[in-house]
Amino acid sequence: MTEQNLPVISFKDFSFQYRAQKKPTLTGINLDIYPGERVLIAGPSGSGKSTLAGCINGLNPFSNPGECTGSLIVDGVDAPHSSIFELSAHVGTVLQDPDGQFIGLTVGEDIAFALENSCMPQEQMHSITRHAAELVGIQDHLDYAPHELSGGQKQRVSLAGVMVDQVKILLFDEPLANLDPATGKQAIELIDEIQQKTDTTVLIIEHRLEDVLWKNVDRIVLVNEGKILADLHPDELLSTTLLADNGIREPLYVTAMRYAGIEIAPCKKPSHVNSLILDQTDQKMLQNWFHQKELSEPSGTPEPLLEIKNLSFGYTRNHPTLKDVTLTIYKGEMVSIVGRNGAGKSTLSKLICGFETPDQGTLLFNGRDLSGENIRHRAKYIGYVMQNPNQMISKTMIFDEVALSLRNSGMTEDQIREKVENTLKICGLYPFRNWPVSALSFGQKKRVTIASVLVQDPELIILDEPTAGQDFYHYTEIMEFLRTLNQRGVTVIMITHDMHLMLEYTPRALVFSDGQLIADRSAAAVLCDESLITQAALKETSLFTLANRCGITPPEAFVERFIEEDREVRDNGR
Amino acid sequence: MAANTVLNYLPRKSVIHRLTGTTKLAFFLLFTFASMITYNTWVLLGLLAVSIAAFRLSKIKIREVRFMMIFMLVFLLLNNLFIFLFDPNQGTHLYGTHHVLCHLFWRYDLTAEQLFYMVNISLKYFVALPVAILFISATDPSEFAASLNSIGISYKVGYSVSIALRYIPDIQRDYHSISQAQQARGVELGKNEKFFSRLKNSVNILLPLILTSLNRIDTISNAMELRGFGKNKKRTWYTQRPFARRDFLTLALGVLLLLFSLTVTIKCGRFYNPFC
Repeated sequence: MTEQNLPVISFKDFSFQYRAQKKPTLTGINLDIYPGERVLIAGPSGSGKSTLAGCINGLNPFSNPGECTGSLIVDGVDAPHSSIFELSAHVGTVLQDPDGQFIGLTVGEDIAFALENSCMPQEQMHSITRHAAELVGIQDHLDYAPHELSGGQKQRVSLAGVMVDQVKILLFDEPLANLDPATGKQAIELIDEIQQKTDTTVLIIEHRLEDVLWKNVDRIVLVNEGKILADLHPDELLSTTLLADNGIREPLYVTAMRYAGIEIAPCKKPSHVNSLILDQTDQKMLQNWFHQKELSEPSGTPEPLLEIKNLSFGYTRNHPTLKDVTLTIYKGEMVSIVGRNGAGKSTLSKLICGFETPDQGTLLFNGRDLSGENIRHRAKYIGYVMQNPNQMISKTMIFDEVALSLRNSGMTEDQIREKVENTLKICGLYPFRNWPVSALSFGQKKRVTIASVLVQDPELIILDEPTAGQDFYHYTEIMEFLRTLNQRGVTVIMITHDMHLMLEYTPRALVFSDGQLIADRSAAAVLCDESLITQAALKETSLFTLANRCGITPPEAFVERFIEEDREVRDNGR
Repeated sequence: MAANTVLNYLPRKSVIHRLTGTTKLAFFLLFTFASMITYNTWVLLGLLAVSIAAFRLSKIKIREVRFMMIFMLVFLLLNNLFIFLFDPNQGTHLYGTHHVLCHLFWRYDLTAEQLFYMVNISLKYFVALPVAILFISATDPSEFAASLNSIGISYKVGYSVSIALRYIPDIQRDYHSISQAQQARGVELGKNEKFFSRLKNSVNILLPLILTSLNRIDTISNAMELRGFGKNKKRTWYTQRPFARRDFLTLALGVLLLLFSLTVTIKCGRFYNPFC
C-alpha cells in the first residue's frame, strides 16, 4: 500500500544460525515491511517464525548467540551489528506470557521500567507512564499488583510498557497463547486500536490465524522450515491450500466452504466471515451440503462414573470458589470444562482428585463415596495431568518417570517393567523408553506425563489445558492420542480455553462462571448461544455466523455436521 | 490461597512505613552498628527501648513476624550455648572476678559473670532484631532495590534481590501444585509420613521446581533486557520518594544514637561491670 516509502524492516538474503545448532534456522530471507503495515507472521512450531522475530528485536544474536549473514535493517539500524538496547528504542516486544514478563511490583512501575533504565527524571517518568496507561486503558489500576489483574489487563500493561519508548515497530510474540477466547478477541481489538492511534508498524507472530484475522491484517507472511513460503494478502493466501499444507489451521468457515465444494477465491474476500461475499449459489451449496447427510444419533444409555452433588468450596471463608455444583460424568465420555480464568474450573478438578477438601457436597465414583479417600487412593482411578509437563516430570529417564507411581506401590521390578512397557507402547513412546526426558519435544513430554498417569490404570483422566501453546500439528497429535485412549474406555475430562478443541473432540461441554455451573450441553450448542458466550468469556464459532448467513437452522446442527465431516476427513486422510 | 511467606511486606499506614526505604536502611545500619560496638547494659537497654518503640509505631504485630522471631530465638539459644561450651570463663576474663553460682560438669562452672555476659549478647540480638524485621516488613519491595542502590550498591544487585522477593509467592504456588501432582502419583508427602521418607520424596519436587523456575528466569531476563535493563550505569526509580522532614529526623536520631553509643564506649569502655 505504501510501496513508494522506504521499508521500516528490510531483510536481504538473511540467514541465522544459533551457535548450538548444526544448521541455520533461517535461510534466504528476503522481506520488506513498510511503515504502518500490519503483518501476521504465521508458521508451525519450529518453523523459524520466533527466530525471525528474535532477529528483529535483537534477542538474536545478542541474547541467544548465533551467526547472521546477509543484511537486516530495522528502522535504519543495522540490526545484527547494533545491540539489544539500541534496538529496543525502535522495536517494542510484547512476549507470549503476560505473567512472566511482568517485571515491576505494580502496574505503574512495570510500565515505567524502560524509562527507569534510560535514567529519566521522575516527574517526566510519571507523566509518560500515565499517558501510556491511558492509551491502553489501564490508568485506573496504576497501583495494582500483578496478581490483582486479569490476563487481559496484564497484557495491556505489557503493551503500555513498550509504548513508553515511542517505538516505531510493535512486535507481538504469540499474544493469544495464554488468554481465554474472549480476552484474546479483545487483545486483537486493542492491538488494532493502538496501531490506528499511533500509526506504528505491527508484527504479530501467531499460529491461531482465525483469531488474528478478527481485525484487518495487510499481509500474512507464511514461514516454514526457515524459509518464507508466502507473503500475500489474507484473501489471496486463504484462496490457496498453503496454510493447511504447512500445518496451520484455516479459519473453520473456509474449511466448511471447501467441504461444500465452493471454490475460494480472493474476490470472495474470505478473510472475515462477516464481510465474506456469499452469492446465491454459494449459499445453496452450503445448504445442500448440510442436508446431504443425517446426523448420527448417540447410542446406548450411559452409566454414571462420577457423580458430583451440591459441591461447594472456598479457599477463604465467605469467598466460595465453587457454589453448589451438581453434575454427572458418564463412562466413556469425553467432556470439556470451559469458562474464564478463575471461574472455578481448576478448583473443581482439584476437588475431584482430592487435592482440596470440599466444604459441602458429595463426590461419588462408581457409586462409592470419595470423601474418606486421600490423594493417593483416588489416584488409582482418577489421573490428573497438569498443563505444564515440566511441572510433572521429576525423573531424568523416561522409563523411571513412567514407573514412578508403581515403584511406590510395592510391585516387583518385573511386574513394573511389563506394565510400564505396555503403557509406553500405548502411548507410542516405546522406542524412546531408554531416552532421557530432556531429549523430547514438548508434545512428547506431554505424552510422557499422560503415560505416567495411565500406568496406574485410571478410569478417569483429567487434563488441564492439554494443548496450550501447541500448533495445529501437535494439537492434532495430542488430541488424536487422547481420543484413542478414550476409545479404549478411559473417560476424559479436559479443562480448556480452546474453542476448537471443545468443538472437535468433546461432544459435551460444562460451562462455569463465577463458581457455578451455568450450562451443561453439547459443545456446538454452547458456541451458538450468544448470552452464554458473553457470560463465560467464550468466543462464538465462525461456523455459527456462516450458518446464519446462509439461513441454515438450527445453526448448532450445521456445526455438528461440520465436525462429523471433519472427523471423517481426518480419519481417512485428506 | 493464603500466601504465608516467611518474610514479606506488610503494608500498614504508619510513620515507619512512610519513611523512605533509604532512611530505613540507613537507620537500620546506624542502629545495628550502635548496638554492636557496645556491651554496656544500660546503653543496650536504652537502644532496646527505641527499638521496641519503633516496632510499636509500625503497627506490625508480633504474631505476623512470628516465624522470624522464633528463628532468631533458636539461633540465639544456639549461639549462647556454644559461647558457653567453648569458653565458660569468658565472663571472668572480661569482668575480672569469679562468682561461681553452681558447678555443672567437668570444667564447666556457671559463673555470674558468664551469665551476665551472655545476657548482654542476647540483649544485642533483641535490640537489632525488631529494626531488622521492620526494614524488611515495612519497606515496600518496590523501594527495596532503590534503597539499596541509594547507598551505593549496584542497582543490578538490588534488583535481583527484589525480583527474588517478588517471585517467592509464585514459586510457592508452583511448589504446591507440583507436590499435589506428585502425591497423585503415589509419592507420599503428607503429614502422616515419616520425616525421612518425606525428605527423600521431596527430591521429586525439586527437579520440576528447578526447571520451572529456570524457565521463569529465562522469560523475565529476556523481558528485562528487551526493555533496556543494564543499558546504563545508573537508573532512576519510579517509586523513589523525596526525603521529608521525618526522614531527616530519623537519620539524625540514628546518628545521635551511634554517637552516644560511641561516646559511652570510648569514655567508659565497652563493658558495664556490676561486679566490682
